[in-house]
Parts: sequence; structure tokens; C-alpha cells
Amino acid sequence: MRKKNFSIGSVVWGRLKKNKLALLGAWIVLLLSLLALAAPLLAPCSPFEQDIGNRLLSPSSRHYCGTDELGRDIFSRMLYGARVSLSVGFIAVFISTIIGILLGALAGYFGGGVDNLIMRFVDIMLSIPTLFFILMLIVFLGPSIFNVMLIIGLTGWTDLARLVRAEFLSLKNREYVLSARVAGASNNRIIFHHILRNALSPVFVSVIFGVGGAILLESGLSFLGLGVQPPDASWGNILSSGKDYIEKAWWLTVFPGLAIFVTVMSYNLLGEGLRDAVDPRLVE
Amino acid sequence: MAKYIFKRLLLSIPVLFGITLITFAIIHITPGGPTAIQSNMNAKVSADSVAKLRALYDLDKPVQVQYLKWLGRMARLDFGESFNDNRPALDKILEKIPNTLLLNILSLFLIFIIAVPIGVYSAVKQNSVFDKIFSVSTLIGYSMPTFWLALLLMMYFGVYLHILPVSGMRSQDAGRFPLYLQIFDRLWHLALPVFVSAFGGLASISRYTRSSMLEVIRQDYIRTARAKGLPESRVIYKHALKNALLPIVTLLGLSLPGLIGGGFIFETIFSWPGMGRLGYEAAMNFDYTVIMGVVTFGAVLTLLGNIIADITYALVDPRIRY
Repeated sequence: MRKKNFSIGSVVWGRLKKNKLALLGAWIVLLLSLLALAAPLLAPCSPFEQDIGNRLLSPSSRHYCGTDELGRDIFSRMLYGARVSLSVGFIAVFISTIIGILLGALAGYFGGGVDNLIMRFVDIMLSIPTLFFILMLIVFLGPSIFNVMLIIGLTGWTDLARLVRAEFLSLKNREYVLSARVAGASNNRIIFHHILRNALSPVFVSVIFGVGGAILLESGLSFLGLGVQPPDASWGNILSSGKDYIEKAWWLTVFPGLAIFVTVMSYNLLGEGLRDAVDPRLVE
Repeated sequence: MAKYIFKRLLLSIPVLFGITLITFAIIHITPGGPTAIQSNMNAKVSADSVAKLRALYDLDKPVQVQYLKWLGRMARLDFGESFNDNRPALDKILEKIPNTLLLNILSLFLIFIIAVPIGVYSAVKQNSVFDKIFSVSTLIGYSMPTFWLALLLMMYFGVYLHILPVSGMRSQDAGRFPLYLQIFDRLWHLALPVFVSAFGGLASISRYTRSSMLEVIRQDYIRTARAKGLPESRVIYKHALKNALLPIVTLLGLSLPGLIGGGFIFETIFSWPGMGRLGYEAAMNFDYTVIMGVVTFGAVLTLLGNIIADITYALVDPRIRY
């Protein structure tokens, strides 16, 4: 007889498969990542090559998404922009996930003074309006891709920390934790090996939503000129030239904005699907 | 009650203290201290403002002295003078507040009159077609970059149809208009910014209303109301709605920082002279005093909003123990 696989992954995947919108999101996420990876192969033109004679051309079979004010091919710039947007999304979320898990786990596991200290710190972070805080940090550190990743990562961990803390609070008194402690496991091992493993599903869901949020934030900052700096392309900074030529070149606004919207939407669809799939209260 | 309010205020003191510490620390995270920025990357800061910065933050004194002196000035809301025009930063901030308030109160009003009924209806008709459409459209609302929406609307209504102004607060010659036309002109300029700023809030507030309503509908007292034979409409709109709206009251307090700090992205796009645009322009000009003022102001307001939210909740919901 074949043993039926009941790992959490297969159960979640089984439920996720039934959710068509979430699958659509997953496919788009995958497709976008491949497009971004293959940008040098797919881009019809160099994203930096200027051609003043062909500036502000409307979309055609030569330039699928038209050209910008310097005659650069928008489609190619968007492909390279996808690399920037996705990598900012991933790295920023990576940073905030590490911080969120660590602080949330410490607060939830040890409780008492440690918990109090960390949670008051979270309160402080939540009291500073995120966008203004980011604005201030960028002014002092200077705008660049690297700083944007770092700043979005360093400011975006508070929700995750609260979530992980709540998970730890409910898991730390379970019997398996007790038996691990009786068996002489160190705090370190209990936190990371025993408890964290069982708290990973909600963390994963929040990571998916986080990537979408970070991409949205990066595009907004780049749109304002505080994120990715020209000549590097990002969806946000193509949009900001879209604003300058709003009366002449609709394609400068429509296409990069659509790219941001579809990307963020896909991450959100996938995130919602995953959340419903891992939430045990929805099991029939 | 007074005891609760007092305790709540007392609890926020360490947070306030922490905010000032973080804001102060940020000035010092630049490698080489705040004045080093001048030589590094921006030529916009003149030698004159470096001297001012040094004097303002007492950079020649030990860090703890710097912090205490700075804290003392913050307590008096003295943020220093703007590097751009030498006016006190506080004045520049205060004069922008009415514009931001006007924009945000209108959009908050729009959010509540649209989002609450939609959320309630979709909860009452859970799993209906309406509810499905609702959950997809709120997802669209969450995923939409508001600055893109702003640009699209500007393009359609401003450039293509020519029926709405794309930026500013009033027409150039509005000063000569009779009063009713001036008001109309202002509303005309507000249409796009208000709609765009409301758009983002619609999704979250309506979802919040929906889940709060769903929770209430499952309560025992709703079952009791049904069991004693009340018509369904009375159960929903009298018994359930009242209770579902309680947590939404606190959202008003929580939206206070947004009311003042507001989206600086769309204030910038629509050239709306509010706090957000002030902060953005200060950032672009490396006008430190104004930035610090805006951030500190925003943080204190957020803290105040949280306190107000907690206290109103305790006031309207006697189940909260204090």
C-alpha cells in the first residue's frame, strides 16, 4: 500500500489548486520572474540607448510600448525595470522577514521584560508615519536602489513581528515544546527548530503580501525621484516621465503603471489564496 | 474612566520618548554626521546652512547634551528655521494644515459614506455574487498604485475630456469670482485629489466593516433577536449594525495622522499645497529642519490618534474593562 502524503505543503497545495484566482496570481508571478531573469535575451533594444530622432514614438511593431523622451524603447526599459522592482521587493522583504521573525520570536518566547521592550519599540515604529519616516531616511542616506531596499526592509517588519509573537505565545506552552525542554533542548533549538517550524505558514503568507507591498512602495518612491535613479530603469521612474509628458504620450503612463498594478495584484491574489489555504478554520 | 485615560496617557510617554530618540538618531546616521552630507552628495546645502545646522544641533557638544537641548526645543515645538527661506519650520507646517485637512476630511467623509454600506451589505449577503465582486474589487483597490490612478484620471478628465483641472487649488483668476463661484471652483479642483485619496481607504475600511459585521452576526444576541421573531431588516440594521460600527469609530482616531500627514504622493502629483507636498519639497531641497518638523509632527499626531481611538472605544463600548 502506498503511504498517503499528508505533509502541510501537500495539504496547502491541494487547497490552493482549487482556487483559480490564486493560481492565476501564481502563474503571473512565475512568468514575471522569468521575464525579469531573461530580460537581456528578450529586450529588443538596449534599455539605455538613446535615439533623439525617435523620441516619444507611439507604440508600434518596432517599439511595442513606444519610446520615451530620450528615444529609449519603453518595452526594453520595462523588462529591465522588472528586475529592479522584483529584486527590491524580494530583498526588502527578506530583510524585514529576518528582523520580524527574530524580534517576534524573542518577544513571544521569553515574554516579560524582553517582550515589553520589543513591543514598545514596535509601538514607536508604528507611531512614525511610514512614508515620512522613509522620506527622512532617504534624505539622510541618499536615494539609491540599495538604500531603498534597506529602508523598506528596515521599516516593514512590525506587522510580521506582531504576528510571529502571537504565534509563539500560543505555541510555546504546547506539549511538544515541553517535551523538547524536558529532553534538554536549548532555547535556541526550541525557538528555531520546534516552534518556528510550526509558525511558518502565516509567516509565508505575510511574506507574499510583503513582496507586493514593497514593490508598490518602491514604485511610488521611484516615481517621486527618491528611489531608483536614472538612467537605471524602474517602473516607477518611467511613470514619472509619464507625468511630464502626460499630454503627449499616454503610453509612458499606461504601460509601466499596468505592470506595477498587475504584479502587485498577482502577489495579493496568491497571498489571499495562500492565507485561505493555510487557515485551518476554513477546513470543511 | 478618568483613571483609564490617565493610564493610557502615561503609557504613551515612553513611546513619545522613543520617537524623539529615533528621530534624533537619524540625524546622526549619516556617515560623518549631518554636516557631511554637504560635501558628499548634494551641492544644494551651502556652507551657510552647514554652519546653521551645526549651531542648531549643537554639534560641537557631546551627544547627550545635543539630545537634551534638542528635546527641549521639540517640547516647545521649536523646529528651527527653514534653510530655504529662513522662516520658522513650525509656521510653514501650520499654514499647510488647513489645505491638507480640507482634502482629507472630504475624502474621509467619502470613504465612510461609501465603504460602510458596501461592507455591511456584502457581509449580510455573504458568499453572494455581490460579495464575490466585492472581494475582487477590494483586492484591486489594495493593488492599485494610487499615483498611477491619479495619472490615469488626470489624463482622462484633464487632458482628454478637458473637464477637470489637473493640478492646483484654484483657477488663476478665481480671486475675482463671486463667492459661490469661488466655492465651486475650489470643489472643482478638489474632485480628483479627493477621489484618489479616498480610493485607497475605500478597500480597507469596507473590508474592515464587512469582517466586523460578520463577527457580530454570529453572536448570541443576534440569534436571540431572530428567535423572538424580529423582522430580518430590524435584526440587521438595528441590532447588528450598531454593534458592528463600534470598532469603526476607532478608525476615526486612527485616521488622524493620515488627515494631517496625508498622502504626500498625490499631494505632489496634484500640486496640492499641503503637509505632504511640504515634506516632499523639503526632502528634495535637503531642508532638514522642515523635514524633522514634519516627521515629529506626524509621529505625535499618530500617537494622539491612537490614544483618541482607544479612549473613544472605551467610551462607546462598555464591555471594555479599564
